[in-house]
Amino acid sequence: MGCSVITTIGNSGSQTRVMHESNPFPYRLMQRCHALLVLLLTLLSVSIPALAEDVRVAVASNFSAPMQVLSQAFENETRNHLIVSYGATGKLYTQIQQGAPFDVFLAANDSYPRMLEKNAMAVAGSRFTYAIGRLALWSAKPGYVDDKGQILRTGTFKHIALADPEVAPYGSAAKEYLRAHGLMRKLTPRFLIAENTAQAYQFAETGRAELGFVALSQLASSSDANRAGSTYILPLESYPRLKQQAILLRPKDAAAAWLAFLQSDNARNIILQHGYLLP
Amino acid sequence: MIEAADASALWLTLQLALASTVILLLLGTPLAWWLANSRARFRPLIEAVIALPLVLPPTVLGFYLLISLGPDGLGGLLSAWTGRNTLAFSFGGLLIGSVVYSLPFVVQPLQSGFALLGRAPMEAAATLRASPLDAFVSVAIPQTKPAFISAVTLGFAHTLGEFGVVLMLGGNIPGHTKVASIAVYEHVEALRYGNAHVLSAMLLLISFALLCVVYTTQRRAGH
Repeated sequence: MGCSVITTIGNSGSQTRVMHESNPFPYRLMQRCHALLVLLLTLLSVSIPALAEDVRVAVASNFSAPMQVLSQAFENETRNHLIVSYGATGKLYTQIQQGAPFDVFLAANDSYPRMLEKNAMAVAGSRFTYAIGRLALWSAKPGYVDDKGQILRTGTFKHIALADPEVAPYGSAAKEYLRAHGLMRKLTPRFLIAENTAQAYQFAETGRAELGFVALSQLASSSDANRAGSTYILPLESYPRLKQQAILLRPKDAAAAWLAFLQSDNARNIILQHGYLLP
Repeated sequence: MIEAADASALWLTLQLALASTVILLLLGTPLAWWLANSRARFRPLIEAVIALPLVLPPTVLGFYLLISLGPDGLGGLLSAWTGRNTLAFSFGGLLIGSVVYSLPFVVQPLQSGFALLGRAPMEAAATLRASPLDAFVSVAIPQTKPAFISAVTLGFAHTLGEFGVVLMLGGNIPGHTKVASIAVYEHVEALRYGNAHVLSAMLLLISFALLCVVYTTQRRAGH
């Protein structure tokens, strides 16, 4: 590639030099155009490297902390290379439908992987639950949230943060919990709705809301001391189960190897350490 | 210090901005020249289309591009040739997106530069037997240098700041489509504020330096 580009410059230079003497303007313009073209081709060629055993994984944002540990462990074990793209589950689903070159999808729910399987956009039978999310009520203030969640009934807080129930699984789980406990009417006026669970956490962390519904994994993954605060981990049966499912999008050995690794004891330990449960 | 993944995102951003600017100049210059000189009745229509990215939310633009470059659009038509069913999720796809997104930022300064120049210098050059191309290169371009500098810098800087289009169109693939603005967003989502700070500060500095170049050259041209 590099050689052919250099040859092109050489040729054009010698051809146009003759023109230069009679008519300088087109020469200059042509020289400029050539330089730009060469620059463009070089940029394009640099950005498209070809690697053989890459596995492209689309991962729900909430799983990014364990994913970093898992991908390191997988690469050490197998020498395959993971290229990980994080994003909101719904957006990744749309991109997969539009032909995104992902080999594996780790979603934040089970409905999107199921839909892909149903529409024959994934390898049938490859779907499984790789993690179960846990919902927590959290405040940055130590001792503010009690270990039974009574604060929801008795607290005089102004704001409670939760992720948008329309799009975020943790938000809709929180809403179901409140509905089941008859707290919706009392608390709805105090809702501070966040775009996603990460933002709900940030609202509570910065004190814009006194407390908030967050993912336990956000608390477990942090080493930061000021993330201690006070926490109530909601009982698993008090809200719809947050099943996070994975699915193979195209048959590929290295991708299948990654999914097998994800179900190994080593991987399961890492997932549990990050505040998730397993089936 | 900056991490390797972030350095790669920043480098990709600079490549994208540079390649977009080059294409935008090649496309935008003749387009702006035509807009500045044409009396065609449909000219306002073309101007409106070019200005659309100024007012449309980038997510709308990104969504339309995602669909039109995808399996049911251009990507499907060209699949026999490209071997894939979409043009999105690649550097080339982002390049198409950036060119559309930043087009008004290049065309508008050039168009006003050319309009300000008027027809007289070109006509004078023609009486000296310069061909239209000669006259353009040796008269119009030097005379409208500040407009070109504005166009280049704004086109480049605007591509640096691109987010919504890439978010929809890119797929956030490291080394291919994960640009700096997306990397910052991801760091904030994952609560890695330190990384977000470093990368944001670098983007801020680059953008500020570029805008200083624009305003300095415009001031000089004004005197």
